[in-house]
Amino acid sequence: MAEQKPSTAIEAVESGLAAQGYIASRQIATAVYLSQQIEKPILVEGPAGVGKTELAKAIAAWRGLKMIRLQCYEGLDEAKALYEWKYAKQLLYTQILKDKLGEVLGGAQTLHAALNQLHDFGDVFFSKEFVEPRPLLQALEQPGGCVLLIDEIDKSDAEFESLLLEILSDFQVTIPELGTVSAITPPTVILTSNSERDLGDALKRRCLHLHIGFPEQRLEERIVESRVPNISQTLRRQMVGFIHEIRSLDLKKLPSVSETIDWARVLVLLQASELDTEIVKDTLNVLLKYEADIEAAQPQITTFIAKAARSNVFG
Amino acid sequence: MRENIHRFFRAARGAGVHVSPAESIDAMRAVAQVGVSDRTILRDALLLTLAKSQDEKLALGDCFDLFFSQPEPRQEQSEANSNDVSEDADQSPSSGEASDASGGSPPAELGPLAQMLLSQDRNAISAAIASASGAASLSDIRYSTQRGIFSSRILDAMGLQRLRDDLDELTATNPALAERLRAALDALREAVRDTVAQGLALYAREEAENLRNEILRNAPLARIERRHVAEMRALIRQIARRLRERYSKPRKRQRRGHLDVRRTLRRNAAWGGIPFLTAWKRKHRDRPKIVALCDVSGSVAQVSDFFLLLIHSLHEVVDDVHSFAFSSHLIEVSDILESKPPEEAMAEIMSKVGFGSSDYGSSLADFEKEFMSALTPQTTVIVLGDARSNNLDPRADILRRISERSKRLVWLNPEGRLAWGFGDSEMPRYATFCSVVRQCSTAQQLERAVSDIVATYQ
Repeated sequence: MAEQKPSTAIEAVESGLAAQGYIASRQIATAVYLSQQIEKPILVEGPAGVGKTELAKAIAAWRGLKMIRLQCYEGLDEAKALYEWKYAKQLLYTQILKDKLGEVLGGAQTLHAALNQLHDFGDVFFSKEFVEPRPLLQALEQPGGCVLLIDEIDKSDAEFESLLLEILSDFQVTIPELGTVSAITPPTVILTSNSERDLGDALKRRCLHLHIGFPEQRLEERIVESRVPNISQTLRRQMVGFIHEIRSLDLKKLPSVSETIDWARVLVLLQASELDTEIVKDTLNVLLKYEADIEAAQPQITTFIAKAARSNVFG
Repeated sequence: MRENIHRFFRAARGAGVHVSPAESIDAMRAVAQVGVSDRTILRDALLLTLAKSQDEKLALGDCFDLFFSQPEPRQEQSEANSNDVSEDADQSPSSGEASDASGGSPPAELGPLAQMLLSQDRNAISAAIASASGAASLSDIRYSTQRGIFSSRILDAMGLQRLRDDLDELTATNPALAERLRAALDALREAVRDTVAQGLALYAREEAENLRNEILRNAPLARIERRHVAEMRALIRQIARRLRERYSKPRKRQRRGHLDVRRTLRRNAAWGGIPFLTAWKRKHRDRPKIVALCDVSGSVAQVSDFFLLLIHSLHEVVDDVHSFAFSSHLIEVSDILESKPPEEAMAEIMSKVGFGSSDYGSSLADFEKEFMSALTPQTTVIVLGDARSNNLDPRADILRRISERSKRLVWLNPEGRLAWGFGDSEMPRYATFCSVVRQCSTAQQLERAVSDIVATYQ
């Protein structure tokens, strides 16, 4: 692998991901290659639905690794992300073992001696058995490595970011009662963000920063081809051309790749052979998710179809 | 190549991309992995490791293209350098033979620069310019006014002095050759000037922008020139973003480690009070509620404009804002500001209440009559105005009632402290009822004032 020329290695990544149905641009492939080589997490930013989460899934499938997903939300804390003491179990065990403890400590003459005996047991109740590993800890404990997807990190609080720093740079976490847990095999970490808020510099510094925007027309056609194989070539070209025209409008929510794929499926279901005003009008709600957007796009439909058809001839 | 990448980091900083040492190490590691032979891969790798946002990616991409569009005679340069060194070292006539081949047959007693120019070896010349700009540390260039000095430094480093001597000598002995040399020198000057201009574009962009922003931040808002208004709006938006980032934290926050005993007991009543489930104390934070009263009469209008723009771009931080504009009477303007782009909104407000002579008394009376119910004990009231009421009744009693009903009353005055209380200024009478009175005439003061107001809610 190390002997391979970088350009061929990057192409290998590209085709590997393509085999999983993920058509990656050159930049994405370079990012994936680099993150493996220099063991750095990738921070993926971009509008919703361009395949940020899919990327992680594709990498996991391609490399045959388990994917562990941590969905972020406001109020997510270390107890839910990292580890938690099984508090109820601890309590239950102390109740059950109460008598046993009484026996063990019964022989002690003084309070001091009892305490010393108790010390001999060590921290039974704060041992590994009582730790409930959450996604981050699970990811470190996978013997063969894994793909750790930290989804929508921008939804979490700023404090949570700081918690991630240790994992991202050193692939380890420190649990006060147990010590430091290092990764058996460093996981491939993918963080995704919708840029809802700006992430801290410390976090960004530790990551490769990848921005996935809307794909170019050719690339998008290939994506549709791989995801919806039974769509005809003419229709594929037309619909992708149409979507590119739609994206030039000033809309609340532009249709992204996931919408393109949905639309392609819908068109195949309706057995459309080519785009016409009627069918676009009927299915526009697959592409656009706001009433205002649909109204803004309605009058343009015919022009856009014509434009898409024209680019089709020259393309 | 390593040297080149380092210079690229410097250029990237010039383009406004923050490159820390740790990031440059990462980038070097990435470059070591992908190699430098394929430029698109190199570009992707650098963009991945150095840029941390979409804007930075664009800036860095441009910077990369500009940087590597330079003539890049790497191999030749090192050779040319070694040539230079040897020629400089012996300075003897015999070194002329190297350039004899190119047909000009320049007389052997000329200096190296003259020989290079006469032999018209483009690669050698651009390589020499590149190494001379290295020697003159062109990457330290910061301001456009430094172009002259850097050009002359580069020319000096290339041996201009020797060339001048040669020229003088040649004019006497061989006028035709002197003419050729003079033309070549002009061409060289031009090339150097271009190099310096490019260097300026590469390394100095950020500095120039910082300088301009710095000046803008401290310029009095009321007397800002028309052509700067758009830039000022951009600056205000920047300030708003900064404030948003600083203050838009979640309102509820668990305080781990502080057990809420009452809630814990209640929750575990079913298990006889054995605390299976714990409840932790939470801290509540209010988001600011702001009522802004802005004077839009002639002298203060511009400041009010920027102030309203700032307040209304703080959605994430501020719960709700009610804005009122007044000069001779007062109207609510929140809806106008929310629904229209800033330029239009301000024009509409001005057409409704602007251009009158200000009457604080009747404006305050208007407010009391209609909008007093907007005030809650969590509200901060901000009055922006110069408190010049044209000798009409100031109605400070209304201000007292406003102050009593609200959390704080902040008065921002665009005039300097010295002018307060002189002429028709009612500032001292109003100041009695304000929690804070501060001068607010520049963008910087505006930022501080708003930042302090929001901070009281944290």
